[in-house]
Amino acid sequence: MNSSTAAKANRVFVSLDTSALSKGSEQVAQQIQQWLAKQPEMNVTLVRNGTRGMVWLEPLLEFETALGRIAYGPVRPEDVADIFREQPFAGISDHPLCLGLTDNLPWMKKQQRLTFARVGLIDPLDIEDYIRYDGFSGLKIALTKSPQQIVAQVKESGLRGRGGAAFPTGIKWQTVLDTPAEQKYIVCNADEGDSGTFADRMLMEGDPLVLIEGMLIAGLAVGATQGYIYLRSEYPQAHKIMNMAIDRAQAAGYLGDNICGSGKRFALEVRLGAGAYICGEETSLLESLEGKRGVVRAKPPLPAIEGLFGQPTVVNNVISLASVPIILSRGSEFYRDFGIGRSRGTIPMQLAGNIAQAGLLELAFGVSLGELLEDFGGGCKTKRPMRSVQVGGPLGAYLPPEQWSTPIDYEAFAKIDAVLGHGGVVVFDDTVDMAAQARFAMEFCVVESCGKCTPCRIGAVRGVEVIDKLTAEHDSHNQRQQSLSLLNDLCDTMEFGSLCAMGGMTPFPVRSALKYYPADFGLTPLPDDTHTSHQESGTK
Amino acid sequence: MSSISTTDIHKIYDLLEYHKTQPGALLPILHGVQEELGYVPPDVVPMIAATLNQSNAEIHGVISFYHHFLAHKPGLNKISICRAESCQAMGSAGLEQSIKQRLDIDYHQTTQDGKYSLEPVYCLGNCACSPAIRIDDQIYGDMNLPKFNALLDALVTYTLELK
Repeated sequence: MNSSTAAKANRVFVSLDTSALSKGSEQVAQQIQQWLAKQPEMNVTLVRNGTRGMVWLEPLLEFETALGRIAYGPVRPEDVADIFREQPFAGISDHPLCLGLTDNLPWMKKQQRLTFARVGLIDPLDIEDYIRYDGFSGLKIALTKSPQQIVAQVKESGLRGRGGAAFPTGIKWQTVLDTPAEQKYIVCNADEGDSGTFADRMLMEGDPLVLIEGMLIAGLAVGATQGYIYLRSEYPQAHKIMNMAIDRAQAAGYLGDNICGSGKRFALEVRLGAGAYICGEETSLLESLEGKRGVVRAKPPLPAIEGLFGQPTVVNNVISLASVPIILSRGSEFYRDFGIGRSRGTIPMQLAGNIAQAGLLELAFGVSLGELLEDFGGGCKTKRPMRSVQVGGPLGAYLPPEQWSTPIDYEAFAKIDAVLGHGGVVVFDDTVDMAAQARFAMEFCVVESCGKCTPCRIGAVRGVEVIDKLTAEHDSHNQRQQSLSLLNDLCDTMEFGSLCAMGGMTPFPVRSALKYYPADFGLTPLPDDTHTSHQESGTK
Repeated sequence: MSSISTTDIHKIYDLLEYHKTQPGALLPILHGVQEELGYVPPDVVPMIAATLNQSNAEIHGVISFYHHFLAHKPGLNKISICRAESCQAMGSAGLEQSIKQRLDIDYHQTTQDGKYSLEPVYCLGNCACSPAIRIDDQIYGDMNLPKFNALLDALVTYTLELK
C-alpha cells in the first residue's frame, strides 16, 4: 500500500493476504521496514501485494530484479537481514530460502491465469499499477458498446456462474436487460462459506479493482446503477481492502455519477453478512441485504426479474464478475478457447485441508482431479496416504482415489453424483472416519438451515440421529439395515423436498461416504462398485 | 434501559440517524451496534424497531437468525475456532477440545474473568493453512495448542500493558 515510489526504487513484495498474514507476513513486513530504515542508501520500496497462491510458501518475499521477480519463502522475521545481505536485487542468490524466479516455479508455470492474472503482481490498492497491468481496459471497451453487445459478448464467452451453480452468466444478464424497471441492481455474492474455498477472498484482497470493474461492466450491460457486494463477516481483511479500493475508484472517477466522463452512473457499496452460511444462496442473500432473516425464497420469480427490493437483479459470484473484464478486453473467443465441453474458460481451484502444497491455482477446465492433487498438491501434509477428497464445499461429494481421474468439468462431476461447486478441494488422509464426516454434513445442516423447508430443518436433525444409530456398535445386522434404509429415505426426502441446495445437497456428502466407505459405518463393503448403498437398502 | 449507559444510548441514536434512510438498513445498524458495544443488548431492540417502523419481534428475529450477532456481552477477546471440513482434516477436533480445556469454557461462553469468549465458526477462508482460528479481527493458521497458548500469553501481556 506504499505508493511513494521514488525513481528507480527497488521493489520488494510481501503479501497482505489473510493467509499470508495468518502465517506471519505482517511481522516480516515490519522487520523489512526496520531493516530499510537503517539502510536509507538502499532505496527500496516495500509493496504489500496479494498472494501468488502458493500459501505453503508464505510469508513469501519477492524482489523485483532485471531477470524478473525472485522469491524467498517461507520467510521468518529473523531471516530478513540475512536475505537482504545477499544482494537480492542483483539476481538469484545462494540463500537457502531462495526459490529462484517466481514465474519459473512449477506451481506458477503450469497455470493459465486469466481472472487471477494480476493477483500477487500488483499493489491491490494502486490504480496506476492496476492500469499498468491492463486494468480498466475491459471497461473502456464496454463503454463503447451497447448493453446488448456486452451481454452478447459474455454469452459467447461461455462463462458460467463460478459460485457453484454454473448457470450461464450471459443468460442471466439477458433476462435482467430484457426486464424493464426504474431501478436494477448488481449484487456480488461474496459470501464464500464453503470450507476449502478462498478464491473470492484472495481475489478481493489481491485485486479488488477487477471486481469493481466487472460489476461496472455488468451495470452497463443490464442498465443497473447500484451495486452491492455482500461480503461475509468472517473476512475482515477483504472488507478493509474492498472498501479502500471502492474509495480510490470513486476518487479516480471510476465510480459515481459520471464514470470515466461517459455520463453513466454506478454506485457501489459493501454490505457485511453476519455468519449465516445460507446467505450464500442467492435468494437468502437478497433477503439479508433487505435487512431480513436470511430465509430462502421460492423461485419463480427469478431474482433476475424480481430480485433485490423486488427489482431486476443480477446476482453473480465474485469470480464470475471478476472474469468479465478479460472477456471484454480480450474477446469472448479468447476466453472460450480455454476449457472443455460446456465448461469454458478457466477455474481457480483451491487445494486445502491435509495437503502439502495448499493454495490456489487457476487452470483451464479439463485437467483431472488427480493431476491437481499430484502435480500441484504434492501429497498429504501429514505424509500419510490420501484417502478421500471433498470437492465443492460441505455440500459436495467425498471422492475416493478411483474417482480422481474425473476431469475438472461441471458435467463430468455431475455424472459421478458430485459437484465442482466453487472449486474447493479438501484433502483427507487415511486417518479420516468417513462416518464422522457424513454425520458432520448433517450436523452442519442443523446449524445452518434457514428453517424454511421441513425436510432440511427437521431432516438434518434426524440425519444426525440415524447416523449415530447406524454406527452404534450394539445394533444387530437387521437393526443396521433398518437404519440404513431410513437414512436413504431421509436423503431422498431432503434432496427432493427442499427449495435450495442446503437441504437438497446435504445428502451428497452423506451418500458418497456411504457408497465409497461403507466399512466406516460398520457396513460390509459391496463387491460391485456400481451397487450403491441406495439400491442395497431396498428403497427403490 | 438499565444495561446500557446514557453515552451508549446517544451513540446508538447517532447510528440510527446515520443509517435509517439506507435501503436494507437493519444489518448495517446491527453491525454498528455490535462494533460499538461488543454485542446487541436486548434494550436496543425497541430503539431500532421504532426507528425502522418495525416490531420488536421482527428485529429480534433478525438478530437471532445470524450467528454473528451476540445478545450477551462477550469477553474482552473473542476467539473463534473453525469447525469446518478443511480444518477437520488437519485435526481441528482435537484442537477444539484442548482450547476448551485451556479456557475452561464451552462454545458460546465467556471465561469467568470476562477475558475470553469462545465461538464456533464455519470457515475463515484460511483453508490452505488449516486449522485456523480467529482472535478478534486477526486470523491465525497452522494452529496447534502450543501456538495457541503463546498467542494467549501475548494477549495477556498486551492487555496488561494497556492498563
